[in-house]
Amino acid sequence: MDRTNNSNHDVPFTYVSLPIGPHEDEALVESRGKWKARPVVFCGLLVLVSLVAFNGYKGSNGNITTLTSNEDLKQKTIHSHKWKPVSRGVSAGVSEKSNRLFTKSNNIGGMLFPWNNTMLAWQRTAFHFQPEENWMNDPNGPLYYKGWYHFFYQYNPNGAFWGDIVWGHAVSRDLIHWIHLPLAMVADEWYDQNGVWTGSATILPNGDIIMLYTGATDALVQVQNLAYPADLSDPLLIDWIKYPKNPVLVPPPEIEVYDFRDPTTAWLTSQGKWRISIGSKMNKTGIALVYDTKDFKTFERIEGILRAVPKTGMWECVDFFPVSTKLDIGLDTSARGDDVKYVMKVSLDDDRHDYYALGTYDENGVDFVPDDTNKDVGTGLRYDYGVFYASKTFYDQSKERRVLWSWIGESDSEDADVAKGWASLMGIPRTIVFDKKTGSNLLQWPVEEVERLRMKRCKFHNEKVMPGSVVLLNIGSASQLDIEAEFNIDKKDIEKIKQTNEEYNCETSGGAANRGALGPFGLLVLADEGLSEYTPIYFYVVKGSNGNLKTSFCSDQSRSSLATDVDKSIFGSTVPVLEGEKLSLRILVDHSIVESFAQGGRTCVTSRVYPTTAIYENAQLFLFNNATEATVTASLNVWHMNSAFINDKQVKLKS
Amino acid sequence: MTMLKPLAFLILIVCTTFVVTECRTIQPNDANLIQQTCKKTPNYALCIQYLNSDPKAPSADVTGLALIMVNVMKNKANIAINKIHQLIGKSPPDQKATLNSCASKYNAIVVADIPSAIEALQKGNPKFAEQGANDAANEANSCENGFSGKSPLTAENNAMHDVSVITSAIVRLLL
Repeated sequence: MDRTNNSNHDVPFTYVSLPIGPHEDEALVESRGKWKARPVVFCGLLVLVSLVAFNGYKGSNGNITTLTSNEDLKQKTIHSHKWKPVSRGVSAGVSEKSNRLFTKSNNIGGMLFPWNNTMLAWQRTAFHFQPEENWMNDPNGPLYYKGWYHFFYQYNPNGAFWGDIVWGHAVSRDLIHWIHLPLAMVADEWYDQNGVWTGSATILPNGDIIMLYTGATDALVQVQNLAYPADLSDPLLIDWIKYPKNPVLVPPPEIEVYDFRDPTTAWLTSQGKWRISIGSKMNKTGIALVYDTKDFKTFERIEGILRAVPKTGMWECVDFFPVSTKLDIGLDTSARGDDVKYVMKVSLDDDRHDYYALGTYDENGVDFVPDDTNKDVGTGLRYDYGVFYASKTFYDQSKERRVLWSWIGESDSEDADVAKGWASLMGIPRTIVFDKKTGSNLLQWPVEEVERLRMKRCKFHNEKVMPGSVVLLNIGSASQLDIEAEFNIDKKDIEKIKQTNEEYNCETSGGAANRGALGPFGLLVLADEGLSEYTPIYFYVVKGSNGNLKTSFCSDQSRSSLATDVDKSIFGSTVPVLEGEKLSLRILVDHSIVESFAQGGRTCVTSRVYPTTAIYENAQLFLFNNATEATVTASLNVWHMNSAFINDKQVKLKS
Repeated sequence: MTMLKPLAFLILIVCTTFVVTECRTIQPNDANLIQQTCKKTPNYALCIQYLNSDPKAPSADVTGLALIMVNVMKNKANIAINKIHQLIGKSPPDQKATLNSCASKYNAIVVADIPSAIEALQKGNPKFAEQGANDAANEANSCENGFSGKSPLTAENNAMHDVSVITSAIVRLLL
């Protein structure tokens, strides 16, 4: 077997040579007819201001209002067009638990949307991790070793749907540019014959790498297995050995054989043993079991459970780690101390969402206690309010940060997935730190390396956006963007409006078409010029009964596509905004994935978007303000993003 | 010799009792499970009809009942595919494109949704079965809606949708 022995792993970091592509040259600007290329800093200010009445389809009375264009057009005209009622699909009145079952009346006008290869090809991302083809789900065993970030993932080599699961493997120098390697593990033992499922890595102080993973045995029992690299001197860790005496853990008698999976990274106890947790359930109560070990070959079941929360169902992909309450760095999984809080995270099988809680950990009592029992594990905060599941962190010792990976599934039909030949993405890895300002949540932010993909910047400063207006930002084609924006509501507008008892909920709000006094306002991404398709990412502010402002942050897919076989939910949540803070957001747009972050990552929303028209050179970016009272001032930086050329580099070993 | 008669009688009593009590524990319990399960689906009558017509149902647990319904889904999909093939040859041009789209959708049900669902149920990871069943219902819906009211596949699409929705509800009980 020809081993790729990286003989220059001592050489300082360089990119693997990239093919020359259209975006190689930083100064390159997509020319747009009359538009001339300008120096990098100030390229496109506001070209078009159009005042458009933005009345939408409200509630159940089915009013359709015609949009009228207005005076004060500078260079272009947005044509007036009718506002078509759009079926709510999943967004209205359907519980979170329904997992995308569309209502029968999902279609207006009765047209079956004909997907073609051009539309489907556009959906592949430029800088998000995905294999060349087929299905992917949970991230597995992420780790940093000898200069390389390693990433493993649940993979179906046989189709664009879940099944026949094995471990894919890829490496990177910077968490952004990935090289695909051969499969790390396949289903070749009786104890993982029916599935090489999710697992986590532990790096021991002596440099050994331990991988614990769940196998579905030939008898369809879920067990935990040990695997380790065949050759620790190979920084690419291509070959893996399964411990000959696997499994190392089988389901305890009181647990069902199919409720025992996804072992965590281990952490050191004060007795010098390694401790792991495995999620499960008893009836409908989600629980986390605890085991200690010295050698990862024999385990001791520890009496009690780390945490149990009724009515949450099966706990998958448990993650348990410390965060510093004082420093903005990550901590090793075994870290301890006074300035340390603990995070317990679970993936709920029941509703396909990832939840976390901050709290304290008592090692002796084997107890995790959330700071706020009203926001317990599985009932409180979510990492992300959109499509985001099976997430897992690892400690990156090279940069002293804790990094979060997550599986982002598709929101389209299986028909489309089969046609395009692939399904699922990974989110851009995020750093996780404790939010010192609120003290009650985490902050997530895309790893800084993603900023190396930034090319041309377009800057907009203090753009005033009147109530009921939509503003085209002439930045060129808008499928690959990194956007940072700040919004300010005119103080006079806030003061003059009445207080209200309104409780805004993104999911049932009806989206950006429903106007309030102080919202919604934000950006329309993946929008075509005629606004037949667009995805609003927005803030909605409510002035409560004590004069305090409450802010929600939402991603609205209800008008994201003319196609009728895609999910059109509205995602989001409230976001804490502290005294003196401006409203700020960041959005990464990468073809069919949009990742949005509010207030530095206090509230995050990932969504999948499948436009049919707002693609390639037709994808545009707009500012909008659909509030009735508030005038909003917006400042933004918009960068075009280079591709990471992930699927151009494959390492195929001869066997 | 006279010992044998009472011994034989004793054995007869014991065996009969055994058989009768065993039968009593099997029959009513599993008929109950089918009923209990179907009550939690959107279409009780249809659910009962399909489950009762499968000899494996009375002794199946909820996972088994779900697998039976997935098999019904497969049958419905294949029926639809056959009908589509029959229609395509003699359909007017405006229907042909929609029929082709429908063929693609039902193909996805058969090659992706169903195998995924079966594996998920067998291996104890039911959420992928729920996803597959939901998708199958959506595909059938999309196909039906594509005809703008003049569908030649209404019966097949409705059957596919209804069976899928029942399957999804049964799988939900496992989560």
